[in-house]
Amino acid sequence: MSDAPAERTGGSGDTPLIVSSRFDVPEAHTLDVYRNSGSFPGYAGLAAALDRTPDEVRETVASATLLGRGGAGFPAGVKWGFCPPGVWPRYVVVNGDESEPGTFKDRLLMERDPHQLIEGALVAAYAIGAAQVFLYVRGEMPHAQERIAGALNEALAAGLVGRNIMGTDFSVDVVLHWGAGAYIVGEETALIESLEGNRGMPRLKPPFFPAAKGLYMQPTIVNNVETLSNLPWILHHGVDAYRAVGTETSPGTRLIALSGHVRRPGVYEVPQGTTTFRDLFHDDRYGGGIRDGNELKMFIPGGASAPWFFPEQIDLPLEAKPVGAAGSMLGSGAVVVMDETTDAVEACYSLVRFFARESCGKCTPCREGTTWEEKILERILEGHGRPSDIDLLLDVADNISPGPYPVAADPEHGLEAVPFPPKQTTICPLGPSSVAPITSAIRRFRNEFEARITRRDLIPVAAAGSGGDGV
Amino acid sequence: MARFTPENEALARRIVARYPVPKSATIPLCHLAQEQDGHLATDAMEHVAELVGCTPAEVLGTASFYEMFKLHPVGRYCLNICTNISCRIVGAADLLARAEERLGVRAGGTTADGQVTLEDVECIAACTEAPALQVNYRYVERVDADLLDALIDDLRAGTGRAEEFPPHGTLGLVRQELGPDDLANVTPPEQQVEPVWFARNATAEEGAS
Repeated sequence: MSDAPAERTGGSGDTPLIVSSRFDVPEAHTLDVYRNSGSFPGYAGLAAALDRTPDEVRETVASATLLGRGGAGFPAGVKWGFCPPGVWPRYVVVNGDESEPGTFKDRLLMERDPHQLIEGALVAAYAIGAAQVFLYVRGEMPHAQERIAGALNEALAAGLVGRNIMGTDFSVDVVLHWGAGAYIVGEETALIESLEGNRGMPRLKPPFFPAAKGLYMQPTIVNNVETLSNLPWILHHGVDAYRAVGTETSPGTRLIALSGHVRRPGVYEVPQGTTTFRDLFHDDRYGGGIRDGNELKMFIPGGASAPWFFPEQIDLPLEAKPVGAAGSMLGSGAVVVMDETTDAVEACYSLVRFFARESCGKCTPCREGTTWEEKILERILEGHGRPSDIDLLLDVADNISPGPYPVAADPEHGLEAVPFPPKQTTICPLGPSSVAPITSAIRRFRNEFEARITRRDLIPVAAAGSGGDGV
Repeated sequence: MARFTPENEALARRIVARYPVPKSATIPLCHLAQEQDGHLATDAMEHVAELVGCTPAEVLGTASFYEMFKLHPVGRYCLNICTNISCRIVGAADLLARAEERLGVRAGGTTADGQVTLEDVECIAACTEAPALQVNYRYVERVDADLLDALIDDLRAGTGRAEEFPPHGTLGLVRQELGPDDLANVTPPEQQVEPVWFARNATAEEGAS
């Protein structure tokens, strides 16, 4: 286990790196290097914030239109404004419980530039008047925990966290906390339950919007790691510089985790809206083409919860609005590319099994529905599928997310796009997310499901009754 | 196994002091217990309950929700093979089958010598380096059959690469150093008032009018 970074990273070369400027800088996790490298001097953003009033900082962030990078894409400055006036204490919770399949940008931000995240969290705490910051890191990421713990220890010694930060009247405690293996804890109300020492089950919104009734029923701002990591750059370089990158409605950059069947998988910081999926897959700055010269079969544009896209959608820009209108979401910025060799039924099963395992069990449609989806897909894969199973899958899916489910346009099959998001019969979007791979795969590749059910040559040998051991 | 050792109990009390409500320390303390014992033992959960001020059943209720907490002893090394999408489409299912074959246990099982527990896990956030696995939550990336075979041999023998991995239950090797004297604002929620720096807003408004 060397400390040399394995993952490829990079950017467009035309626009500044806002959050990943220190990804390839050795020892960037130390305070000294953080202060003297990257696209802004470390802790200069916090110093700029402390020169303004908390309200001015919040207005700065609001006018930058910093969209949340956790999945929902809600503007951070607006979210901060939802804290009811005069209610104290308030808390900031950093959501570093990154677990969406295909996503790992936050892990790199925490491992390679922990001070940037801490600085961003301090800016948020100053702006909303938080008494404490809780930095919740995914349990399975001990390296990120070590890097953040080390950075916090250095910051404490340097007077950058704790009492009278930078010699001012601003004091806030930053506490490192970590999870223990539960995807659902990435949902903000479940994260709060977990931070209170409970099972990580989401709360109903309303009334439990965290900004109003969050941690200990107090106003709480939950922000994603990447969202907060943008703040120091914005405070140092200003709103105009930030809005000069990306588009009018989606300024700035996104960290895209590109994995699957491309030649150069990696984490790339791209300007929002001006880069297309085609650029991302084929440009030598990014993916460098589909592996082995194969054909693209489908791709997931925004994590396991996102409905699939197909070659027809490859020219869409990486921006929330057009992707949403086309029937999917940019979500957590995880793009998974699948070439012609991919088995659509197996890919669907792998994603559905994830949601079945990670369902917290609070809402019946999700708990029972995802379990049945998994069981039905499993029996299809094992050669025990029934002809009615395909419609049964769609029926179970409809009970979790009723009505037309978001889908990409498919002229060949006469399908028009249904825009994101899906409807839900559950408290949180986990259950409806399990429907994405099912509807995506069946609508486009129904023939593959039918073949798995009817063709004996696709049935595993043991299941076909050749005297296997029954496993 | 056991309740906290005196050293770990002192550390546990430092951790509890960081939270305005002690029960918030439940998960960190369960991790500490698992680090001490390799799994989360019943009497450790009783000790956690005493320290955070709830019942042992509440600690069990929380701990049993999270898959990292092992309520029964597991192998010295937990070999977690990712079988989610980005790893599966580049051969993770074959790697899992190979590991099952070589270890002689199905996913979820522990070898008879108590060295290795094998698990098929969901996305571990190493998707560009697929197929990936973790040993006691430390990454091993771009795994192929030969690398897997050699790793399994090392883990069973406890030599070679096995020495890179701390015992199961140990997470971050660097701890946050934050003692009670370092804390600025930790008080129960009902005792808190507007923070002093927030008065800058009102001062600025007065100055403007």
